[in-house]
Amino acid sequence: MDPQPTAEEIREILGKHLHLEGPLLPILHDLQDTFGYLPQEAVPQIAGALNLSVAEVTGVISFYHDFRKAPAGRHVLKLCRAEACQSMGSDALADRVLSLLGVDWHGTTTDGRITVEPVYCLGLCACAPAAMLDGRVHGALTEAKATKILEALA
Amino acid sequence: MKIYVSRDSAAKAFGADEVAEALQEEIVARGLRAEVIRTGSRGMVWLEPLVEIDAGRGRMAYGPVSAEEVPALLDGNIDSLGLTEEIPFFARQTRLTFARCGLTDPLSLADYEAHGGLAGLRRALELSAEAIVDEVKTSGLRGRGGAGFPTGIKWDTVRMAHADQKYIVCNADEGDSGTFADRMIMEGDPFTLIEGMVIAGLGTGATRGYVYTRSEYPDAIEVMEEAVQIARAAGVLGPDVLGSGRAFDMEIRMGAGAYVCGEETSLLNSLEGKRGVVRAKPPLPALEGFLGRPTVVNNVISLATVPVIFEKGAAFYAEFGLGRSKGTIPIQIAGNVAHGGLFETAFGMPLGTLVNDIGGGTASGRPVKAVQIGGPLGAYFGQEKFDTPFGYEDFDVQGGLIGHAGLVVFDDSADMMKMARFAMEFCAVESCGKCTPCRIGAVRGVETLDRIAAGDGAAVELLTDLCETMKDGSLCALGGFTPYPVLSALETFPEEFAGTREAAE
Ligand SMILES: Cc1cc2nc3c(=O)[nH]c(=O)nc-3n(C[C@H](O)[C@H](O)[C@H](O)COP(=O)(O)O)c2cc1C
Ligand code: SF4
Ligand code: FES
Repeated sequence: MDPQPTAEEIREILGKHLHLEGPLLPILHDLQDTFGYLPQEAVPQIAGALNLSVAEVTGVISFYHDFRKAPAGRHVLKLCRAEACQSMGSDALADRVLSLLGVDWHGTTTDGRITVEPVYCLGLCACAPAAMLDGRVHGALTEAKATKILEALA
Repeated sequence: MKIYVSRDSAAKAFGADEVAEALQEEIVARGLRAEVIRTGSRGMVWLEPLVEIDAGRGRMAYGPVSAEEVPALLDGNIDSLGLTEEIPFFARQTRLTFARCGLTDPLSLADYEAHGGLAGLRRALELSAEAIVDEVKTSGLRGRGGAGFPTGIKWDTVRMAHADQKYIVCNADEGDSGTFADRMIMEGDPFTLIEGMVIAGLGTGATRGYVYTRSEYPDAIEVMEEAVQIARAAGVLGPDVLGSGRAFDMEIRMGAGAYVCGEETSLLNSLEGKRGVVRAKPPLPALEGFLGRPTVVNNVISLATVPVIFEKGAAFYAEFGLGRSKGTIPIQIAGNVAHGGLFETAFGMPLGTLVNDIGGGTASGRPVKAVQIGGPLGAYFGQEKFDTPFGYEDFDVQGGLIGHAGLVVFDDSADMMKMARFAMEFCAVESCGKCTPCRIGAVRGVETLDRIAAGDGAAVELLTDLCETMKDGSLCALGGFTPYPVLSALETFPEEFAGTREAAE
């Protein structure tokens, strides 16, 4: 895995956003984009830079589903579980994909290859069931299609 | 020859990028004089990837086309669907907000202007702030985010407020299942949203704007960010909007996966970098919004409709529609439906026409059982309510809501108790935690539905009581409206809640 982020690296990221109105979410997103998760060491530094308490920053991080405390697998598969996808059989599809990979929701395969996350609507409700793999969208997903896409991953 | 392929996410989800690439390769290999142009989506999702070929006699449609079929397509061996705009699903629409979507290159400002873009803004620049707000009032435009509040009245409150800084915040959080109109306009015609925000700024005295959108929409974010840069470079945004001496600039911000952040006060907290907890009203965001300053919070479609109102006139817009639901509404037809996509029409079309005639019934070919209208907080309507005209008041009278105008169709295999349970579960997961009836009530709701599923028929009454408590004691519509899908499923399909079923596996 990547080495621990240094205070200098974190300071650099903070510096890019401090001029914004409401800089905290952009900072958290940038940190997660850079390191793959939100390093615990960054929290006091963020708090200091924004004049907030550590508890406040931690509270914000825990409120949002997107932020992770540990790195995900090399690939992230988001399967939609919302109503339109359910109407096209997303529940059964998700069950099969999860058992195929041998993980539960939020789980990562033992080889560290794929993390599976639930998502509630990708705006692809007219091409359900929908999924997003590393930011790329897939529609009208079937077990066969999903298997093919997943097998192609490194 | 010009060849058009959509770059909308829904088209990409079906392989439009691969199709465009294959076209490009074939053009080179065959030495054709042809250009591939990536557009937004025409909204006929079941035909994606839709390829349109214009060889001088209009845009002929082909779809769905796979990358493998591209050589055959160029050989003339694939049947055309005819002119795109003559396909019945398209021909039956009234496209005002979505007039350019699918037609133009979303990131070409020249294309935008050639198709009526910026005409509204130029007109607004000649008007006083009061006259701008009056125009919006006259148009009858109501908020498309769900609550249907008159946009002009909201703007007027901000216009009359005194402050050193005011804001326009565009709500692009679009979390409702079955909806994608915001995403489509951001990916397919981003300048219309930018233009609408600038006009809102002129009308209210706000000089700064934010688009708050969801992290689930990376493609929309990319297009919006590029569009803002292009608009800034061209002087549409910045300290001197189109040389008028008036200032307006804006930024794109990304949420972090919280449904409740679509609620306007939660959104403002999130934008400020706080937990997305709902604020009590008053104070109204119009008076104390972002960073405590007067703020317009409007949905993407509300703002993106403003340019056409100014281009064609408020009276023109107000002529469409039904009663107090004026103008057009982009209806998103989704779920288990044969012809899914975006259908913009004047308010008033009956629900059944939308589902059966426009949507073509279910994708599975089985009978339609129910339609959920308005996202996870919207009611389920069975066939007996299919005469309901699509309008704010008409749906209200029938115990439903139109919300952001998404329809999710279910066939007869749908398990309505499971859908009711999902509504409660979703509320429990997404609750901001501020009020007990929502935070705890939703968890109890899941438990109660499990008891009913296990055969305890008496728990039905408990469920009804619980829903009443949630309706009465919730601060916002997440807790307050979750009873809509639950109770409508119960009332429409009572036999499924009879408590006689075996426990679900
Ligand atoms: C739980 C919840 C979620 C909401 N989500 C959205 C949303 O994603 N987009 C939106 O425009 N409005 C949403 N709203 C409605 C907003 O609070 C607000 O009414 C709207 O942004 C105002 O803009 P409009 O007048 O243009 O509709 C939501 C409301 C609630 C209670
Ligand atoms: S109803 Fe639910 S989401 Fe809305 S304010 Fe109360 S706890 Fe928060
Ligand atoms: S419900 Fe799955 S993409 Fe919208």
